[in-house]
Amino acid sequence: MHIIESGNVAAATGVKLSRAQVIAAYPITPQTPLTEKLSEFVESQELDAQYIPVESEHSAMAVCIAASTAGARAFTATSANGLLYMNEQLHWAVGARLPVVMCVANRGIGAPWTVWNDQQDSMSQRDVGWIQLYANDHQQIIDSVIKAFRLAQSVSIPVMVCYDGYLLSHTYMPFELPGQEQVDAFLPSFTPEHFLNPDEPGNFNTVTLPDTRAGVDGTVEPGYIEIRHNLHEDLRGALEVYGDIDAEYEKGCGRGGTPFIEQYRCDDAECVAVAIGSLSYQLRDVIDILREEGLRVGVMSVQMYRPFPDGAIVEALAGRKSVIVFEKALSYGNQGPLYADIKAALYSRGDRPPIQNYILGLGGREIKTSQLLDALKESCSAIEAFDDTPRWIGLKL
Amino acid sequence: MAHRDFCKMISRSKPGPGDGGKTGSWRVLRPILHTEKCIPVKAGKKACFNCWLYCPDCVVTKTIPPTIDLEYCKGCGICAEECPADAIDMVAEDTFSTEEK
Repeated sequence: MHIIESGNVAAATGVKLSRAQVIAAYPITPQTPLTEKLSEFVESQELDAQYIPVESEHSAMAVCIAASTAGARAFTATSANGLLYMNEQLHWAVGARLPVVMCVANRGIGAPWTVWNDQQDSMSQRDVGWIQLYANDHQQIIDSVIKAFRLAQSVSIPVMVCYDGYLLSHTYMPFELPGQEQVDAFLPSFTPEHFLNPDEPGNFNTVTLPDTRAGVDGTVEPGYIEIRHNLHEDLRGALEVYGDIDAEYEKGCGRGGTPFIEQYRCDDAECVAVAIGSLSYQLRDVIDILREEGLRVGVMSVQMYRPFPDGAIVEALAGRKSVIVFEKALSYGNQGPLYADIKAALYSRGDRPPIQNYILGLGGREIKTSQLLDALKESCSAIEAFDDTPRWIGLKL
Repeated sequence: MAHRDFCKMISRSKPGPGDGGKTGSWRVLRPILHTEKCIPVKAGKKACFNCWLYCPDCVVTKTIPPTIDLEYCKGCGICAEECPADAIDMVAEDTFSTEEK
């Protein structure tokens, strides 16, 4: 069944279909309609869950941590400064290996205060250890939420599903609603690898020494660095797991096949534009125009940013004539984070292409198709002028 | 799908006597269980065990009757507070003789 709804409602419906058991969230623009919809679902008993109102995002994540530690399927959502307020608890949730799922409706960060879209909020959390998925449209939002729950419980790592504030969260678009039976078959109830069980008492995440040591029963308990190494290895292993989960989802509902990156008209493209989120779909229009003018260009979106799918990205980009990375985020004092990561992934390749970074759309500045057109034309025709300094689009200085 | 075994290493340890020594010596109030009021004792079967469930130091056993390990009990009084049968009294330590301690 197709419905026409907002991106936030697509996310909320995905959470309902996934049968989340505990939801704790604090409203923040532009995520608010998502939490409102979820509280409606709980109130009307369409969703059998505990909805726990909290006084802050830090508490929202704390509740999710507690619920998840007890074995429940926990969900929260936030944006911008709310996400940053959660930061300490984000580290805790992943260190404790809890399969929490969270939606982030991407928004710029204050100061100065802004409520409009860019991706600085979730990009600034890339090193926390959470898995990060990015959706390009409403269909991908609802599908990614369902797949996120499955991925989180498969690898015991929390998952962030990010989508552009307003551009996706508040716009209305048709999308197909997966059936409840379909989702139930894809996402069965689960027993976490570790959870609070009175019959098997345990100490979780107490002070962990720099070195290994013997526990009370003589077994060797890992030190901090072993536990963190294991998290990293599990994150790398999550790439393969997500590929399989996506394939299984595609078998059930016919949508998927692009878990890590999505390419548009890239087959014979000499120049590939790269972006995350709705911007990559806006770029498709630009690609179509340039193709009509005879330029061999394509666009690639990055759907999973952490763990970084470097294999798929290198395979897609190595050997091209040029690569242009458009970003709505910046590692201040350096470069766009995606640009830097892609550049590093291509470093060992002899056929690495010249690569240029563009920064745009911060704090919701409108991105005009004509600006993208100009930027792509400019960079396709002057590869020798590429430098390592980000170029800014639409600055009025 | 043959994947690696995930989440095989977290910080989880079995509860046991503390590294800090016999912390029961910190206690000012001692829990005294009156077994004649205790629910599992009266029922003659495993029941209630709120004292065991709520003890933050895991020094109460899930047995009939429950026992309290005074080597490590710090006398917080949560068991007495949570006991629905008021079967646990908190008694000042200085009322016990040196031998009893």
